[in-house]
Amino acid sequence: MSLIQGNTMASHSDATTDANAASGSVTQAAQAVLAQSTQRGGGVQMLGIDKIYPGSNSKALNDFNLEVKPGEMVVLLGGSGCGKSTALRSLAGLEDIQRGRILVGGQDMTAVPANKRGMAMVFQAYSLFPHMSALENVEFGLEIRGVASAERRKLAMEKLDLVGLADQAGKYTQQMSGGQQQRVALARALAINPKVLLLDEPLSALDAKVRVQLRDEIRRIQLEAGTTTVFVTHDQEEALAIADRIGVMNHGRIEQIADPVSLYREPATEYVATFIGLTNRLPGHANGAEAEVFGQRIPLLEGSRTGDVTVLVRPENISLIPAGADADAPKAARDGLTGPEARVNVIHFLGALVRVDAVLTATGTPLTIQLPASELPASLKSGSMVQVAPRPVPALAV
Amino acid sequence: MNTINTDGSATALSAQADMPPQLRAARIHKQRIIKTVILAVTLLFLGVPLLCMLIFTLRHPLSGRWSLDPWKAIFTGDGSSLGADLSTLWSGLGTSLALCVVTVIIMLILLVPVMVIAHIRSRRLERVIEWVATLPLTIPAIVLVVGLGPIYRWLSADVLNTNPIWLCFAYAILVMPYAFRAIAVGLNSIDVPTLCEAARSLGASWPRVFFRVLMPNLWQSILSASFISISVVLGEYTVASLLGRMNLQVALYQLGQSNSQISTAMSLLALLFGVLLLVSLDLISGAMRRSKEEH
Repeated sequence: MSLIQGNTMASHSDATTDANAASGSVTQAAQAVLAQSTQRGGGVQMLGIDKIYPGSNSKALNDFNLEVKPGEMVVLLGGSGCGKSTALRSLAGLEDIQRGRILVGGQDMTAVPANKRGMAMVFQAYSLFPHMSALENVEFGLEIRGVASAERRKLAMEKLDLVGLADQAGKYTQQMSGGQQQRVALARALAINPKVLLLDEPLSALDAKVRVQLRDEIRRIQLEAGTTTVFVTHDQEEALAIADRIGVMNHGRIEQIADPVSLYREPATEYVATFIGLTNRLPGHANGAEAEVFGQRIPLLEGSRTGDVTVLVRPENISLIPAGADADAPKAARDGLTGPEARVNVIHFLGALVRVDAVLTATGTPLTIQLPASELPASLKSGSMVQVAPRPVPALAV
Repeated sequence: MNTINTDGSATALSAQADMPPQLRAARIHKQRIIKTVILAVTLLFLGVPLLCMLIFTLRHPLSGRWSLDPWKAIFTGDGSSLGADLSTLWSGLGTSLALCVVTVIIMLILLVPVMVIAHIRSRRLERVIEWVATLPLTIPAIVLVVGLGPIYRWLSADVLNTNPIWLCFAYAILVMPYAFRAIAVGLNSIDVPTLCEAARSLGASWPRVFFRVLMPNLWQSILSASFISISVVLGEYTVASLLGRMNLQVALYQLGQSNSQISTAMSLLALLFGVLLLVSLDLISGAMRRSKEEH
């Protein structure tokens, strides 16, 4: 690995010296990102970025590195204050950064003002210009680019049509719902055919149903147009649903970036494992590539610790065997799995799935178990005693 | 006034929704009477002095003779029939109108960009500006003049001249508290930072953000700041008088020494002009809102 990196770095030595000259110094992590990126036409690279807000002494972005491939949708996911919005705003040029470089399509954008970056942003707050109609709002960016009036109108109508609001062209902000306003904002951003589309929690202010609808629509439009997109959200479901890749952020940097499936199945850190999806913390003993939990052997993911550890097991990876109910014993029991006894507290029916909250009788450890509704033993109710056993699915030990 | 009335009865309605309808109607009726009485007393209190002024201009105080002569003198511009020389009045009026224009321009150039920048950049700076802009309200004009005296002596002797138009600098300070309030209302009614950022990210330069995005959303408050400034400048007496400059109010006072009827009639006209400005502001903004809603 290090050998390969050494080679690529050598071939990109020009670029790295440029980076050094431009920003003083670029960290090793940044050089790694720079080295891995082959010469691509579009795409975004953010290298070794530090951002400190005036009056604050902690770094909002701390050696932040991100690479977005052309046409890709990357979602930055994290709790409040993790720096995800700051990263997006830095990319847009709306925040000054103290250190690092920003490249778009191979061009250095670090010192380029926000209005010359050719990006477009959709904000969490409603940001339509209140003195303009929906159509005029969409035309705004084209007007700046000197597009002739008739052409402008035609392009703007196309974009309004794309977001399904062609019939609302003459409306003003106060006559539109929140969802409609965000659609117009999206059309306005797409109208200028941006190099990068930036979405800063555009759905947070909307109600649940509209949110899901617009979320899927954003993804559809993004795939159709093939626009490189960075989407910031604190909603993991939203992130999992639309992203090509998700970058989970913590303390001003990306803790892990991967496609939704790998991120869920192979979290690299405890933070990622607990932030995305539900996780049970089970005591175990790790020994190399395997850990023993409740007498079951579980393969471990890369980055796991050894010795006495806590193994992070997903709720769907715990089997549930009703005590003394052989008649409708599920598959797990037939497989000969056994485990410690637990008492069921609450059963949540979620449609296709059922979530069972239970407590280990011996230690009082809380457990969350998820299984398809069809596999729920009929006799199970709150207060029932069950046996639990983790399945041999790779997990992270911390 | 109308709007206040309807708002009041609306809240009364919701508060007493659980009452029987007859009782509720009686309560509302009683409240309406009380409101009308309060309104009438207030208007009477404000209107009686004005009415007295009007009667004073029509009825000679010594002879008791009723005539329209003072009003004729003003509208024909010739006060010789009443033995008054109106030239000072006209020059004072001219100066005051010119001062209105210049003061408004200075106020807008000073205040609007500074307030917009402070609003976007720093809440703390905005509070400092608010505090500074409110100061002229707390400093009596006469104290202000004591401070302005030496400056104006130096201005008229060494830099400019004694032309009363240079009062505009002092007036820009005097109108600051009112203009600041009016513009602040406009700035707070829209999400300035987000609108700026949206425009910037779509490619707008700062001048374009200012003129194409912010100004169209602020023009109503800028207009109201201007109109309020105009009424302050038209009514200003202390500073002009103590600095020995001629403006409308100083001229009115001087004319009052020789012919108080014409002076009072002119005061009434100036007052009427101010009221018309403020009412028209209300009408214009109302019409704008409606045309946008109908669109």
